Amino acid sequence: MDLYFYLQLLWWLLLGILFVGLGTMVGMDMGVGTLLRFIGKTDNERRVMLNAIGPHWDGNQVWFILGGGAIFAAYPLIYATSFSGLYVVILLLLWSMIVRPLGFEYRSKIASPAWRNAWDWTLLLSGALPMIIFGAAMGNMLMGVPFHFQWDLRSVYTGSFITLFNPFSVLAGLLSLSLSVYMGAVMMMGRAPEPIAGRARAAASYAALAAIVLFAVLGVWVSMVNGYKIVNFPGAGVPQTPLQQTVEVVPGGWMSNYKNYPILWAVPLLGFAGMFFGWLSVRANKHTLAWWLGAVMWIGVIGTIGVSMFPFLMPSSSNPSQSLTLWNAISSETTLLWMTGWALVFVPIIFWYTSWAFYVMRGKVDPNEVEHDSHAY
Amino acid sequence: MIDTLVVDLSRWQFAATALYHFLFVPLTLGISFMIAAMETVYVTTGKEIYKEMTQFWGKLFLINFALGVATGLTMEFEFGTNWSFYSGFVGDIFGAPLAIEGLMAFFMESTFIGMMVFGWKRLSKGQHLLVTYLVAIGSNLSALWILVANGFMQDPQGAAFNPVTMRMELTNFGALIFNPDAQAKFVHTSIAGYVTAAIFVAGVSAWYMLRNRHMELARRSFRMAALFGVLATAGVITLGDALGFVGAHAQPTKLAAMEAMWQTEKAPAPFNLVAWPSQSEQKNVWSIQIPYVLTPLLTHTLTEVVPGVDQLEAQAAQRIKNGIPAVEALKALSKNPQDAAAMAQFKAHEKDLGYGFLVTRYSPDQDVSKATDADIARAAKDTIPEVSVIFWTFRIMVGLGLLMLAYFIYAAMLTVTNKLELPQNRWFLKLAPWMIPVPFFACEMGWLVAEIGRQPWTVFGMLPTWMSASSHSVGYMVFSLIGFVSLYSIFIAVEMYLMVRAIKQGPEEHGTPSAPVSVQNRKPQPSLGGGFAPSPAAPMSAHKE
Repeated sequence: MDLYFYLQLLWWLLLGILFVGLGTMVGMDMGVGTLLRFIGKTDNERRVMLNAIGPHWDGNQVWFILGGGAIFAAYPLIYATSFSGLYVVILLLLWSMIVRPLGFEYRSKIASPAWRNAWDWTLLLSGALPMIIFGAAMGNMLMGVPFHFQWDLRSVYTGSFITLFNPFSVLAGLLSLSLSVYMGAVMMMGRAPEPIAGRARAAASYAALAAIVLFAVLGVWVSMVNGYKIVNFPGAGVPQTPLQQTVEVVPGGWMSNYKNYPILWAVPLLGFAGMFFGWLSVRANKHTLAWWLGAVMWIGVIGTIGVSMFPFLMPSSSNPSQSLTLWNAISSETTLLWMTGWALVFVPIIFWYTSWAFYVMRGKVDPNEVEHDSHAY
Repeated sequence: MIDTLVVDLSRWQFAATALYHFLFVPLTLGISFMIAAMETVYVTTGKEIYKEMTQFWGKLFLINFALGVATGLTMEFEFGTNWSFYSGFVGDIFGAPLAIEGLMAFFMESTFIGMMVFGWKRLSKGQHLLVTYLVAIGSNLSALWILVANGFMQDPQGAAFNPVTMRMELTNFGALIFNPDAQAKFVHTSIAGYVTAAIFVAGVSAWYMLRNRHMELARRSFRMAALFGVLATAGVITLGDALGFVGAHAQPTKLAAMEAMWQTEKAPAPFNLVAWPSQSEQKNVWSIQIPYVLTPLLTHTLTEVVPGVDQLEAQAAQRIKNGIPAVEALKALSKNPQDAAAMAQFKAHEKDLGYGFLVTRYSPDQDVSKATDADIARAAKDTIPEVSVIFWTFRIMVGLGLLMLAYFIYAAMLTVTNKLELPQNRWFLKLAPWMIPVPFFACEMGWLVAEIGRQPWTVFGMLPTWMSASSHSVGYMVFSLIGFVSLYSIFIAVEMYLMVRAIKQGPEEHGTPSAPVSVQNRKPQPSLGGGFAPSPAAPMSAHKE
């Protein structure tokens, strides 16, 4: 069916947009959390940093929650298989995420240094760990995850949780962390006064350089690992299950899309360009431009993963034929159609009021105001 | 076959995380609208006291809100982590309301809550009021979509099983969202939130009034809460009745358990006021009955027969027998979706597929074709949820609801007639703070009735609970359960500490002294009694004297 095929492609694209939104918006707040103790030296400096993202972190975090909901709605089998398979890792992600709202809301309610220090470390951990896990999860998708299905599509994960922290995935986690530190630091350049802004500039510049190195190393590594290739399946745009296909493992197979369509090289190049020009714009102290270039970095990196793996989403390393692809893990046509409708109406509205919120809160946070405002974090 | 201990631990974990989450949700649903109402008065009248009220209750709201968000995060992912078979089986339908909740409601609520807290100086009065309303509307819309999702589990409308993709798929979006169970439950649940907020505000205000602190704020807040509370409690009870009515048709097993009806009785059947149900003997060891009351109460007629456990179990056994060929056909279709004979067999039996699944766990080698009559009887017995638990949680919820109704009627009378602060009514002010836990407890009871009453299904009549869980090891489940419980317990301790601390500190008063004034010096002032704003003379008296 034609419409179903286009809806499938559209939702593959929307999944990417969702990850980019998550990376830029959640990543920005997580980056500020990670940097909290490094570029905020005094309690007041840390409060300035928290109050700079204070009006936005809650709205931004919805990208993460929406991510869960949208994957559930559009890719039920991915939602089911990945979150249950990566159980311990997802728990660590959730546990570190759920202490964050409390960190923001409760940290400055009590003046005791011990209390505030404890929450500062909590915020640091809950900033860095989720981004590392996010990247590591993406890394694991590229490497393939050991799982298979029973006759009724019950998924069984056969690996251990330690294997999820293989060197490749850890590097992917570090790439994600450095992109998030970059976003957070750039945000601080714009919203925090000196000396925080100056330290943020240095951090952003290092983060951009680290991202270039990590992205290059991971790129070379990916070109050498096993990729996957569909040999036989019911067809794109046809309702099916992962039980009905044949997949073979091809060494270096993640490069085949680039061989067939050289134009795709533009995607990783976009990532590198974002990182390089991001670094330049940080050096030139242009924080708004640098922020948008951060979004370009995320588009480049998420896009590279997407086009390298297309049409795979979650390959099975132990039973490749049961790999989850865009064609067999996706929701029905009716659901995709309805979800497309809701997204068309609400995504523009969300962009509109998010920009309005950033516009209202524009400008630098005043350190004196933070100390005297009872609403401040 | 998945370990039953893993299923039980998964259920405990989900119940624990959901009940924790539901400690914070009702207050958020209600207090957000109360704050919006206070701010409306501030914006329309320009009286500073209402700004003070908005900001003070807003502060308490935020302490609560942070934990609502934190514990809610878990829920969005827990279906995937712990109920992965469920997620794959119904994600095509169930995922949509969750995603729409994010798009339409949670994004709005979360973005504007930032503006609500940080926007006092940057927004105009009108803009800030709008933002406050958007937060309240957003949180209530969130509840709507979550309960649409829950409504599907209670009564799967608008979907059908597709043997080609081996899962349930959406067929009618309108039927999904206008599911009567979801709609009745949304109104019942959100109004229960308003009751919770009203009791909370009244209790804290009474605590101040007892100590003669922040009298202006406390009186107005109390009056507002009392009037809001009367309406809301009456609404909760009405909608609870509607929900029971809807539920009677969708889930007769839950209803039989709620009323401990072991035998089908002639209409109009007697109502068990209290009873001691025994699941193993399938009877009430003792009970106090009111004749003729049950039938009109549940069916709103005198003649409709309410089926008892005996009849429901016999029906289930029949459906299980009819469902077995559906499961067998599905197995064949899983190997070869083009198998026409299997497809025909499936189509003939598909409406009882879920009942076929039910007997799988008892069948030799998990093969339903080998199921004996004894296995079928066991599975049929499973279709009756734990009667004593549901019977009692339901009665506690209803009893607390009636208690709260009486409390609010009395509170409203006292505050409207300005007798609240008379010495002979001090007991009422002392009682009010102790009422605060009551609605929270009642809400949790309601949740238990709804979800334990749905057993043994995750999706009623379609998917058994034991099949729905992820295939984890016992070790993983113990680890995560301990992790969640300890983490959440620390959270609650921190939250309670901060909440009590913020209440003790009280609002920041703008320019007016908050030094305690002795109660004896003060005479109650006559008031016009209209609305929730007392006459200006009354609240000022405390400070003047």
